[in-house]
Amino acid sequence: MSHLLEVKDLEVKFALRSGDLTAINGVSFTLDKGEKLGLVGESGAGKSVTGFAIINLLSKPGFISGGKILFNGEDISSMNDSKMRNIRGDRISMIFQDPMMTLNPVFTIGTQMIETLKAHRQISKAHAKEIALEKLKKVYIPSPEKRLSQYSHEFSGGMRQRIIIAISLLTDPAIIIADEPTTALDVTIQAEIMDLLRELCDSEQMGLILITHDLAVVSEVTEKIAVMYAGRIIESGATNDIVNDPRHPYTAGLIRALPGGVLKPGEKLHQIPGMMPTLTDIPLGCAFNPRCLIKNGICESELPELLDNGHKRMIACHMRN
Amino acid sequence: MKRSIKRFKDSYLFYSFKNDKTAMASFFLLACFIILSITAPLVSPYNPYDAKNTDIMNSEIPPMWLDGGSSTFILGTDNMGRDLLSTMIYGLRISVIIGICAVALQAFIGIMMGLTAGYVGGKVDTVLMRIADIQFSFPYLMVAIFISAIFQVMFGVGSFEKLAVPLLVIIIGLSEWPVYARTIRAAVMGEKNKEYVEAARVIGLSRPVIMFRHILPNTLTSVMVISTIQVANVVMSEAALSFLGLGMPVTMPSLGSLIREGFEYIFSGSWWITIFPGIFLILFVLVVNLLGDWLRDVLNPKLYKG
Amino acid sequence: MFAFIIRRIAQAIFVMLVISLIGFAIKNKIGDPVRDMVGERVTPQERAKIRQKLGLNDPFITQYIRFVDHAVHGDLGLSFFYKKPALDVIVEKAPATMEMVIGAGLLIILISLPLGIYTSLKPRTFFSRFVMGFSTLGVSVPVFLTAIMLIYIFGVQLHWLPSYGRGKTVDVFGNGWWMSGFFTADGLKHLILPCISLASIELPLFIRLIRSEMMEVLETDYIKYAWAKGLSPMRIWLVHAFKNTLLPVITVFGVQIGIMFAFTILTETVFQWQGMGYMFLEAVERSDTSLLIAYLVVVGSVFVIVNTVVDIIYGFINPTIRIAGR
Repeated sequence: MSHLLEVKDLEVKFALRSGDLTAINGVSFTLDKGEKLGLVGESGAGKSVTGFAIINLLSKPGFISGGKILFNGEDISSMNDSKMRNIRGDRISMIFQDPMMTLNPVFTIGTQMIETLKAHRQISKAHAKEIALEKLKKVYIPSPEKRLSQYSHEFSGGMRQRIIIAISLLTDPAIIIADEPTTALDVTIQAEIMDLLRELCDSEQMGLILITHDLAVVSEVTEKIAVMYAGRIIESGATNDIVNDPRHPYTAGLIRALPGGVLKPGEKLHQIPGMMPTLTDIPLGCAFNPRCLIKNGICESELPELLDNGHKRMIACHMRN
Repeated sequence: MKRSIKRFKDSYLFYSFKNDKTAMASFFLLACFIILSITAPLVSPYNPYDAKNTDIMNSEIPPMWLDGGSSTFILGTDNMGRDLLSTMIYGLRISVIIGICAVALQAFIGIMMGLTAGYVGGKVDTVLMRIADIQFSFPYLMVAIFISAIFQVMFGVGSFEKLAVPLLVIIIGLSEWPVYARTIRAAVMGEKNKEYVEAARVIGLSRPVIMFRHILPNTLTSVMVISTIQVANVVMSEAALSFLGLGMPVTMPSLGSLIREGFEYIFSGSWWITIFPGIFLILFVLVVNLLGDWLRDVLNPKLYKG
Repeated sequence: MFAFIIRRIAQAIFVMLVISLIGFAIKNKIGDPVRDMVGERVTPQERAKIRQKLGLNDPFITQYIRFVDHAVHGDLGLSFFYKKPALDVIVEKAPATMEMVIGAGLLIILISLPLGIYTSLKPRTFFSRFVMGFSTLGVSVPVFLTAIMLIYIFGVQLHWLPSYGRGKTVDVFGNGWWMSGFFTADGLKHLILPCISLASIELPLFIRLIRSEMMEVLETDYIKYAWAKGLSPMRIWLVHAFKNTLLPVITVFGVQIGIMFAFTILTETVFQWQGMGYMFLEAVERSDTSLLIAYLVVVGSVFVIVNTVVDIIYGFINPTIRIAGR
């Protein structure tokens, strides 16, 4: 059976004056109906770029230089723009990081909801408004009729993100890509928004790609995880397995760095020494080797392949395979 | 000396200058203009202020390459029979003198106001900046036209013309200082709370010393950029005033008054009296503007929009 | 919002008072109201009597208050040359100037909007580079030279367009108040060159402003989100991006209309256009102080009013300011 979404060996490059720079290298994963996938990594690992590549909306000078993105079996990575617009915002919706910046400040919420529907459906304004109201109710916005005629600055951060979720629900999409949807919000609001997303994905049977640096968030919401480092997936598998038994030293480091219940007062959080390399100077061999505690000679010369370890786990590490 | 030359050669400013053809070409042309205006008495074929050289019989002779032109007057003559090229060079000289002096005056007033407002703060700041804001909300040209109109009514046309150069410097200086005041004040507000100023205050330096020796140098990049662009603006303002008959008199014409004078003759076909000074003026303003744009891009001070 | 409007109007009144104070001080210093009224062939005794009667020997502040009081009631003194109230002279000349400014304003909107938007969307095309280069040059050409060159090319050489005057005008309201060139072919023909010249000052500025604002907006998250919503490019560019670009542009446009008023003095001189600017220069030549001061006060008010109205409109369009002012 074919998957809802299948990303195969995706490669993204940035065309710079000094030559092309590879940002995403051989990323593959799948997503099925109602499935929730977490893309995890530090900033600069290429998770957002992957998200934007799926809806073919890379900022210049980025472009997809290789691989396939199959949506319902059809390759959408090379689709022309007008055809792509039937999918983008309709079948695949996206939620951005900062709700403050995502809504256009000079249009009412109603306008911004109705225009989305009108871009994808032949419907009357009144009907569009009805659907908008219905979706606002779904994300628990109180007195939605009144809200439709308000501007984004009249809402709190959490409310804005709910509205954006409502906008992405308008067309009953098959997939929602959420790029750090709670990073700009208060901690208390974060949990609410995450619960809402999970609940909606379950009830509407939508696929979710949750892009975040926060392993704790991912582990609560998703069933699958793919950990990215310097433009590649270095470990992927079921969420439970990875959180409980991380195999790649980088994933292990990320999990140890989480503030868990085991810390005593005064004890320091773990941290992974060093910093992720920038795209211009990715080290030879395994990109993680300068920060790795268990590296060997081979790590500095040969790139580890992402291999299946037989337990539905994929790991790219010389030492663990 | 040698070391400071080397330091200049290694600087970012010089590096980007070397790699920018527009900047180099503009600089070269500007240098030519400046040299031309300094050496005007030496390089111009005639002295246009000397009545001996002018003969009304020679008026409106076209440039030498046209029918009726003569090689004694390369660009032809104006309506009073003066050699056009010489008159233009002298006119440029006047425009440049007024440009530089007026910018200096503006900068002086503006910097004083800006420093005082920014450093003293409180009521002084409010009052000074209100004045600047009110004046700023009116176009410079309008203020300048108004001041010169009043001066002319006050002094009478005759004595205004005798004092035209210093008066124009004052008029234009008074009408455009707020640009400096606002930028300097913004810079001072930024610098004022930095540690080095605090330190200077702690070791007991007086207020004027702190203002001039410590804060002012840090605002110099902004001043440099504004001044360059202002030279172009001032030359334009001066030309506009002279064109309106509120600036330099015909007996001692700047480029603007030459254009005014020639405009009356354009309908009878003597286009050169207007067009050559016009091209001269445009070129001068253009190169200064291009240099100003380049400086702003390279030094990138936080300038006030407006 | 209400408080914001009140504050803005109070500011405007303050500025007007400052302008009137300057105007009055000048008038007091260099003007001669007695001459304005009765001319110069009057004996010194009679002059002194008239001075006393007019209250010219009162303290400065009393006279100033009287001046403001008169000004508020529409009396700005007598024009020495025209032998009628200065305000009437200005009102008579105003339509000519207004028509030139309106025409130029329309030209600016019609030309700078499409060019600014185009150059922001396609910055690398040859046409965009040409427009940008041309606007760099345009900044450096004084308006009176543009006007002269237009006259030389289209008037003197090609004989296509008239080079001075307003042409045939019609009386719009039948009471002689507004003689308009907008409604006759000849009048419109006469408007073309002056309006192009006047517009040429602001065009480079507006093309650059619209371009840079638009480019900034195109980089924002909400535009990227609009793309992600699958909207059509035209809707994103012309509705989403454009409306956000418009806010700063409107503000600047308001201010620049005032600046265009200042520049009409130049264009009216070149085109011998019988408007306020032309009148002003004549007043300078004739030392008609009352008319000068009246012009200062009137143009100052136009300025202050335009600025205030623009600010208030801006407050209405921009919801963020509206909230802050509430």
